[in-house]
Amino acid sequence: MSDDFFIPDPEGLIPSAEGYFGAFGGKFIPEALVAAVDEVAAEYEKAKTDPAFAAELNDLLVNYTGRPSALTEVPRFAEHAGGARVFLKREDLNHTGSHKINNVLGQALLTKRMGKTRVIAETGAGQHGVATATACALFGLECTIYMGEIDTQRQALNVARMRILGAEVIAVKSGSRTLKDAINEAFRDWVANVERTHYLFGTVAGPHPFPAMVRDFHRVIGVEARRQILERVGRLPDAVAACVGGGSNAIGLFHTFIPDEKVRLIGLEAAGHGVSSGEHAATLTAGEPGILHGSRSYVLQDDEGQITEPYSISAGLDYPGIGPEHAYLKDSGRAEYRPVTDDEAMQALRLLSVTEGIIPAIESAHALAGALDVGRELGPDGLLLVNLSGRGDKDMDTAARYFGLYDEGAGK
Amino acid sequence: MSANGKIGNIELLNKTLATARAENRAALIAYLPAGFPTVDGGIAAVKAALEGGADIVEVGLPHSDPVLDGPVIQTADDIALRGGVRIADVLRTVREAHAATGAPILVMTYWNPVDRYGAERFAAGVAEAGGAGCILPDLPVEESEVWRKAAEQHGLATVFVVAPSSKDERLAKITAAGSGFVYAASLMGVTGTRESVGAQASDLVRRTRAATADLPVCVGLGVSNAEQAAEVAAFADGVIVGSAFVKRMLDAPDEAAGLVGVRELAADLAKGVRSRS
Repeated sequence: MSDDFFIPDPEGLIPSAEGYFGAFGGKFIPEALVAAVDEVAAEYEKAKTDPAFAAELNDLLVNYTGRPSALTEVPRFAEHAGGARVFLKREDLNHTGSHKINNVLGQALLTKRMGKTRVIAETGAGQHGVATATACALFGLECTIYMGEIDTQRQALNVARMRILGAEVIAVKSGSRTLKDAINEAFRDWVANVERTHYLFGTVAGPHPFPAMVRDFHRVIGVEARRQILERVGRLPDAVAACVGGGSNAIGLFHTFIPDEKVRLIGLEAAGHGVSSGEHAATLTAGEPGILHGSRSYVLQDDEGQITEPYSISAGLDYPGIGPEHAYLKDSGRAEYRPVTDDEAMQALRLLSVTEGIIPAIESAHALAGALDVGRELGPDGLLLVNLSGRGDKDMDTAARYFGLYDEGAGK
Repeated sequence: MSANGKIGNIELLNKTLATARAENRAALIAYLPAGFPTVDGGIAAVKAALEGGADIVEVGLPHSDPVLDGPVIQTADDIALRGGVRIADVLRTVREAHAATGAPILVMTYWNPVDRYGAERFAAGVAEAGGAGCILPDLPVEESEVWRKAAEQHGLATVFVVAPSSKDERLAKITAAGSGFVYAASLMGVTGTRESVGAQASDLVRRTRAATADLPVCVGLGVSNAEQAAEVAAFADGVIVGSAFVKRMLDAPDEAAGLVGVRELAADLAKGVRSRS
């Protein structure tokens, strides 16, 4: 049973040897990082086919993370989704509270195999940072997390969690002071300390091999969910939906379903105050092909290639790039991507809370908001699978302010 | 052949480096971002560096996400971008600095602005402005074919960066693809001044020379004063200084004082590259 949690892409067709998913991907990195990135790729290639690696990772996924994660039907929520049946893949129930731990444990094992003693990572909502700090505590690795200053404020609970776990958290004050700038600063650290440091990249973006490797570590989400829904309902869903920032939880859910042509793949990206307002992070809706953080994909940029500042109420989706495989899935027409505004996401967060007793992360609430629309489109015969990528504890301050839930004088 | 007739100044760059070598000294290469503190102020700074004694200038095209730059150049890029600097302003900086001094001018930037503008269009623009080449440090040799074709067609050098972590077989591949000179990063890190230039630099220059028959090898990152310049000049064909120039502008009470500082630093460094220690 436990041997099917870590299953690298069995097709092995994409990306190409150079890391391309169609026109997207590649490896746009400074020469100083080429040796380190090549080392990660070589070590991952070896690990992928090493039964000892799979055994160790699978053991952690079962006995530390708590996989398989549950599949929960949400009928009271589904009443608001046109009566379609809606199932949630409960990545929020993983240890540390989100899907991020799947990838982190895989890369932490690789770090050990490479003989490196220090790990750095970027984080937006803090979920990847918490997962990374957790794995570093577990394996006795030194840990530094870069986080945009704005995000350290709106996700203060996660900053405290990382520090309790023994990690150093550095608030990044450059640029838009969000996820993009945290990645810039992590790259600067990596160039200077590459010999003993692994950059534990948290999403399916970045230079090859990160998009494919991080995807492989998250494929378990879709593999489990596909099996669970077949067991429970006896058929495949009409659509699977997930939020997309960098795109890791979405690709983890989507990937197994790509050959199932009748299953629609729907990514929900952050539209902030609305795509037309200019204040959003809807990269696939409003971006253009370009290079950011090591690969070619869609990017929010101006006419001269300067990256524009994104905006979302959700720190985890507040990013002007997107993983290259999503760009490929969009252009090939296999997946569709829709924008969801702050307000739509926050209403969905409250709706799931009051109808099902599950408080989702604001990131995941974007997927739920999209699911309400998709469910109405599918009608009562529809069957919908949504990835609940993270839990909402970290977002309670934002939610309390948004909905005015603090008693007068309480809160900050 | 250039489509619009004007050929870039790669030959001028080659000649300048050959002259320095013939004079038994290293060339002094200064880096200054366009648009900082203003477009005209940036042009004046480039001219001041050349008049002070720099042989070659790299004009930076500021980018919103300068992942290879330390705080000094990040700050200058920020000021330039908030001032609204455009690629046309960068090309005007190249044109006016070259016209005023006759020196070889390169453009240094990240790949996305060039990719977005169009590699062919960018190369034509730099050549038309009298530029000599480009340095694109996040464009690895494997992804560089489109750019190199455009650069070659327009008579521009493609300067690649090598790092202490570059293995010998990569040095061979990179130097075979590059032209003008090789930019050897003295240490593993981002731009910025350092107390000392590490021992890694001389080893990297030695290994790079072993990989290339004819390309000059110039060393950058961390060099900020005449002593360091002399130390590097002892084993390299050129000494590249960036953050120290930018810092003179940033720290000065006004632009005029900043220009004096740039000129002084260039003169000081020019002595350094002539006194190989």
